[in-house]
Order: sequence, then C-alpha cells, then structure tokens
Amino acid sequence: MTFVHIPDQPVAYLVLAAFLLAAGIFGFIRRRTLIGMLISGELIFAAASLNFMTVNRFMAPDPSVGQIVVLFIMGLSAAEVAIALSIIIAVYRNYRSIHPKELSELNG
Amino acid sequence: MSPFPASAYIVTAVFGLVVATTVGGALIAVLSHRIIRSVAGLALCCLGLAGLYYFLNSPFLALMEILIYIGAVCVTIIFGVMLTETDEPELQGKRGQERWWAAVAVLVSGAIFWGIAHLGLHGQWPAQAVPETDGSVQAIGIALLTTYSLPFELISLVLLVAILGALTLARGGRSKS
Repeated sequence: MTFVHIPDQPVAYLVLAAFLLAAGIFGFIRRRTLIGMLISGELIFAAASLNFMTVNRFMAPDPSVGQIVVLFIMGLSAAEVAIALSIIIAVYRNYRSIHPKELSELNG
Repeated sequence: MSPFPASAYIVTAVFGLVVATTVGGALIAVLSHRIIRSVAGLALCCLGLAGLYYFLNSPFLALMEILIYIGAVCVTIIFGVMLTETDEPELQGKRGQERWWAAVAVLVSGAIFWGIAHLGLHGQWPAQAVPETDGSVQAIGIALLTTYSLPFELISLVLLVAILGALTLARGGRSKS
C-alpha cells in the first residue's frame, strides 16, 4: 500500500471514525454545559455515519443500503437535536442555568 | 493511464485536506472554551465529513450532510446558544479533582480510540463484493420506495413527533410576565 492508495483503502476511514467517536466521548465526559454535551453527541453520530459509509463503500454488495442508513441516521440526529434543545431551553427557563451539576433536584 | 501525471497526488492531497478539516473541526468542537466556537468546529467537522462522503462515492450524501448538519443542526444549536447562557463556567471545585476527571476522560477516550483503531487496522475485512446496483441517486430512490418504504414512513413519523414534542416542551412553563 503506497501513499497515493490511502483514499482507496478502508483503513484511513475506519481510524478516522474511531477518532471521531473518541473525541465525542471525551467531550461528553469533559463538557460542563448541556449544549457542549449535545455537540459531542453529534460527533458520535458522525462517527457512526462514517463507519456505515466505509463498510458500504468497501464491503457491501449493494452500495445504496449504507447511504439509506446514513440518511436515516441524519434524520434521527436532527430529531434528537430538536428535542434536546427544547429540553435545554425548558431547563434554562426553570433553573436559569444549563450546567449539569446544578440540575440536581426533581420537580413535578 | 491517467491523462495528467500528478493527478493521483492531487487527489491524495485533497484527501489529506479533508481529513485535516474533519480532525481539526472535531478538536475545536471538543476542546474550545466558548460554546459558539465549538459549534463552528462542529460545522467545520461536518464540512470535512461531506468531503469524505464524496471520496466514498456518494456525492448525494455529501450534499445532504452540508444541507442537514451545517444548514439545520448547527443553526439550531446556535439558536439554542443564543437563548441560553453560553460559556463554560469557571472552575469551582478543587483543581486536583478537575485534573483527575480530565485524566479519566483522556484515558477512556484513548482506550476506545486505540481499541477500535486496532480492530480497523488488523481486522479480517471481507473482500469487495460485486456491486448489485451502482449506488446512484436513482438506485437510492428506488430502494427507498420499495425495500425501505416502511422505515422511510417511520422516520417521517419520528420527525413529526419530534417537532410536536419540541413545540410542547419549549412552550410549557412560559410565564405571562
């Protein structure tokens, strides 16, 4: 495998997807605001999509299946962002804060 | 033979640029202190991902990535940033505890990266199968309306429920004053 063949090998894409997943999990642990955690979750979604597309391009017999799966992942993540942001706005209205450490009491 | 002698190197250089955009965007999204910069990093990362999808023979998904992630998701998150308090709070706890958590985060994510990258590098991947379709937009459309019509309808239901749920959640608790 020479240098110019890297875009035609699945290895680079798989390692990059692993990096995106690791970055997302790192952000999920480290972030101290809910929106920061939401952004890290989007990175994890991106890693999953990239993995699906890599397997679709290099190993799957039908190249349209992976693209459809990634389209569904995009739709699900858009729905997740809409719900999560409305929850964040509702939480901010009640607590005047979106820092997870301060959201420690349940209230009906 | 390729008509232009250095074309393979140019393609590899563009690939390197795309990978650097993705990695840099992800690092900005995770590490920057201000939330609005981290949203911009997410947009940059999605732009790089769109380039990667182009390299993976799917220009349709590259356009969809730009349209949905940069055009919809990032803009929605920016609205959320504008409506709430944005920045990371100052460090309040003990510094030693904070360092300990940073070490735990690096350790966990590093272990996950090492494990999955090891699997990707040394796994026994099957050889390329003979493609049944060409994976074009036409093939995607036919598959969406025949084989995958049920998930296609279900995802529209999920999006409808998400819109209604977001409206209800963000409306409730709003005071008149």
